[in-house]
Amino acid sequence: MKKVNYLEIEGRSGGFLALLGVLGVILLAGLVGMYHMEHNGHYVTGMDNQIVWGMPHVFAVFLIVAASGALNVASIGTVFGKAMYKPLGRLSSLLAIALLAGGLMVLVLDLGRPDRLVVAMTYYNFKSIFAWNIILYNGFFAIVVVYLWMMMQQSMNKYYKAAGFFAFFWRLILTTGTGSIFGFLVARQAYDAAIMAPMFIIMSFAFGLAIFLLVLMLGYRWTERPLGDEMVRKLKNLLGVFVAAVMYFVLVYHLTNLYATEHHGVEKFILAGESEHTTIFWFMQILVGGVAPLAILYSKLGASRMWIGIASILVILGGLAQMYVIIIGGQAYPLDIFPGMEIINSSFADGNSYHAYTPSLAETLLGISGFAVALLIVTLGVRVLRFMPDSLSDKDVDPHHKG
Amino acid sequence: MSKPEAASNGMNRRKFLGAGAATAAGLSVAPGISLISVAEAKPVDQTISSDQRWGMLIDTNKCAKGCSACVDACNDENGLNTGDEQRSRQEQKAQWIRKVDLRDKLTGHEVSLPLMCQHCENPPCVDVCPTGASFKREDNVVLVDKHICIGCRYCMMACPYKARSFIHEELTNQLEYSPRGKGTVESCTLCVHRIDEDTANPRDPACAEACNAEGHKAMIFGDLKDANSDVSKALKQHSSKAIREDLGLNPGIRYRGI
Repeated sequence: MKKVNYLEIEGRSGGFLALLGVLGVILLAGLVGMYHMEHNGHYVTGMDNQIVWGMPHVFAVFLIVAASGALNVASIGTVFGKAMYKPLGRLSSLLAIALLAGGLMVLVLDLGRPDRLVVAMTYYNFKSIFAWNIILYNGFFAIVVVYLWMMMQQSMNKYYKAAGFFAFFWRLILTTGTGSIFGFLVARQAYDAAIMAPMFIIMSFAFGLAIFLLVLMLGYRWTERPLGDEMVRKLKNLLGVFVAAVMYFVLVYHLTNLYATEHHGVEKFILAGESEHTTIFWFMQILVGGVAPLAILYSKLGASRMWIGIASILVILGGLAQMYVIIIGGQAYPLDIFPGMEIINSSFADGNSYHAYTPSLAETLLGISGFAVALLIVTLGVRVLRFMPDSLSDKDVDPHHKG
Repeated sequence: MSKPEAASNGMNRRKFLGAGAATAAGLSVAPGISLISVAEAKPVDQTISSDQRWGMLIDTNKCAKGCSACVDACNDENGLNTGDEQRSRQEQKAQWIRKVDLRDKLTGHEVSLPLMCQHCENPPCVDVCPTGASFKREDNVVLVDKHICIGCRYCMMACPYKARSFIHEELTNQLEYSPRGKGTVESCTLCVHRIDEDTANPRDPACAEACNAEGHKAMIFGDLKDANSDVSKALKQHSSKAIREDLGLNPGIRYRGI
């Protein structure tokens, strides 16, 4: 194992410029969508007084959750002392910051009054988990930047372990806060569950690692730098463990709900209902986002980088589907305002079997543009600073490498 | 912003208005005849106090199915029907109070009732609001401070009664005492402008007034902390329930016959 040499990427190829161009166009489309929504008001979206959080929240929460998970690779190196992961620490931290920035951009631009962002930063109600999240998200940026600094400046290296520990604990608290946005909602049948917080943490492991694997494999392929098979094998096996763990948490969540009679309504709605949420749950979240990647990662296909890449994409799609079912599905099931009574007439859509939601193009584009922002930050980041080791070949980074 | 601060800011504004009124009095040409008069929310010598708690008892036995007098009155009073929300879909339009018809799943018994912000003692909307825009006054009226609402809609996720509406488009033609704005959340204010006219003896909210005028008299408004108020006496005499009592929110709106 030799000393790791970090290098900027050249960034002069046509491919590099094309990547920037494509991401720029997606970002622009998202901003146009945002302008359309904010200029006219949310009436141009699919959201209403029943489905108050729509597509932007699906993407924003996914990206924020994935951000904390992307930092995991760095934590494994720093906190758990796995030598092989240490060279990945810088890229992992950069990706974490980038994903959080993308997610927060979407979240903020979907506010009714995004112009009042300064109000959100200056008025705090400390009983609100949302207010805590504002502090946790801002703190995450600061801590990960310090962590990166400790890693990147040689004279500060001695502090990087402490910074890494702190960042690791902060990210656990952060994802607990994100999960608790839903866990703390007593009124809604689909939420109000303590399992939300740990489930979001395990989801972050899976989503963050899936995005990291894709960035790593594509980054090293496009820059023609060596990336060892052992490194990829370790990461893909870890991804499999995380995907299985997410499925376990989903299973426990639904089993617990199925045991309690009062939750049978919402469980039937999600698991065996007539809405799109049932299809999205079984087909997208479970099959595409869970079973299929596990089958790929733990079969012979798992030896191929192309298939590992496909499995990672499936995990991301499944994760977005899971967010959709949690966020939109949880609102689509009507509030149980009058237990034991059926609502036969209401002017405020109380009696519907479920609330329908058709996302508009504008809000979907805004959501997708969060990904573009994250990837732009990563692409430009590795161009100007030394985030990527010039080689991640097994003989260079694996302490147990024989050969 | 903490809750007492919110209340005290409101007080400062009133003091300021009071000072304005005094100045206007100084401009009067002769005693009793003034050139300028200032609209006043509430006399300065009256404060919002936790000695009072405003609430209502709604008797569903008296509430007529198909009658929407309370809803119409609320819309008129608070400027919800000025024809502004033209572009919003039905599911996007604001409603502060709505009529709901219910049927008991076991017995088939049917009731009709008005549903609005329940002005909880422990309001989840206030708990979750990141900026403190959603707040509870000392007299337990739950309101939204439109100046610091960022439009995150978390309160709408948290309210067990779906009592809040988000404004989906630009509004004009608003009433002075009932400001509303695109991108913010709003709900029933218990006609707080009427309460603040005279906290010692406030007028009924528009909904209750209209219900009385229709002759149904299904809504009794008053001070829940005053044992001699009509609402307290009625509550003491008959059994009543809060909606979603299991959540322990102690709403200020109580119902009979559900």
